[in-house]
Amino acid sequence: MIKINNLSKSFSDNLVLENITTTIEHGEVVAVIGPSGSGKSTFLRCINLLESPSSGQILLHEMDITKPKINKLEIRKNIGMVFQHFHLFPHMTAFENVMYAPMKVKHQKRGEAEKIAKELLIKVGLTEKMDTYPNRLSGGQKQRVAIARALAMEPEIMLFDEPTSALDPEMVKEVLDVMKDLAKSGMTMVVVTHEMNFAKEVADRIIFMDGGQLIEEGEPISFFDNPQTKRAGDFLAKVL
Amino acid sequence: MNLDFSQIVPSIPFILEGIGATLKFVSVSILLGLILGTIFALCKISNKKWLKWPADAYTSIFRGTPLILQLMIIHYAVPQLFQYDIPVFLSAVLAFGLNSAAYVSEIIRAGIMAVDKGQVEAAEALGVAYRPMMLNIILPQAIKNILPALMNEFISLTKESALVSTIGYLDIMRRAEIVGSQLYRNFEPLLFAGLIYWVMVFILSTIGRWVERRMRHSD
Repeated sequence: MIKINNLSKSFSDNLVLENITTTIEHGEVVAVIGPSGSGKSTFLRCINLLESPSSGQILLHEMDITKPKINKLEIRKNIGMVFQHFHLFPHMTAFENVMYAPMKVKHQKRGEAEKIAKELLIKVGLTEKMDTYPNRLSGGQKQRVAIARALAMEPEIMLFDEPTSALDPEMVKEVLDVMKDLAKSGMTMVVVTHEMNFAKEVADRIIFMDGGQLIEEGEPISFFDNPQTKRAGDFLAKVL
Repeated sequence: MNLDFSQIVPSIPFILEGIGATLKFVSVSILLGLILGTIFALCKISNKKWLKWPADAYTSIFRGTPLILQLMIIHYAVPQLFQYDIPVFLSAVLAFGLNSAAYVSEIIRAGIMAVDKGQVEAAEALGVAYRPMMLNIILPQAIKNILPALMNEFISLTKESALVSTIGYLDIMRRAEIVGSQLYRNFEPLLFAGLIYWVMVFILSTIGRWVERRMRHSD
């Protein structure tokens, strides 16, 4: 579904991504792990063009989305994103947050948008919090609203940028549970995460990055039990 | 000390009429400043150089030179250039409106920049276009930073408005001066004018504090 060829990204002199090549299949759940500053987030942000790649290609359904004349907004409609710090719209209720983009971007009728928003908020377990403003929600609740907001656009693929890193420990599970359900429903997901158990349990494939390079990728069981590279081994020794 | 306010009593209505004159040109100037300032602010936050550069230059010039100089240039130099006898009201409104636009554009720009960058990214990631993003996401949040600062700008504009007395606009200040020169007593009419300005600013500050409280409430 997404083919990434020799993707590189540099900020002025600083090379943060170096020749990343990989493929994300339809329905696949990919966990991207690695030490801080390894380029995981930048890699993720290149996929929906929040960062513009310096070189290389990203093919979405065989279409190169790194071409300058591509309509970024059109691409992003199909790619949902969940951020570490939620970025909910603070002046809108949970319900309005979820409804906003479908109405403004896809020009859905209010009734239709409301129906979808309601269903999604039920799905993420926030039926009672629909009319609550974000500042009255806990971190875990905020992140679940953010997931519902992204899903409301009915994207083909969901990107998660460290979705549980800003949460208190007791709230991590409720967010991961929502993501697990999503994975089970067949959603294509790319998840940058520090939750090794989640990666092991839910992901179909692990991508390990370090120093802006893709060092190793493989199935979770073989990767965690038997990493092929020294860098991956060292990293796992530290975090497990 | 021989203050004698009884002598200015007959002239009080004449001075009070200046309130209308002052308010009229101040409110038109504020409106002009607000409209132009908003346009300049949007130019400044744009990533297009040809929009940003003129707006920055404009602000630099109007903030970097004395207001009274701008007023003089508009009122005395423009006629020389265009053979057009500019009315005092128009000069006053142009000078104050154009000057205020520079300050207002900075206030609005800063208010928009203070909105968390994540908001822009969240909107972009959802495929929201620039205009609806600005109107529905960024500006409603920026208003909280902008309104209190804007009230301060209106207050200082009201006070500085006394400068237009120098080009002969019959505002509160000018009228107090006229009364002073007729009576050969300056202290009383000037003190009275001061009282009027203070009351006007007091009312504006009270509104300003109320606005600020409202903004904080909605957090």
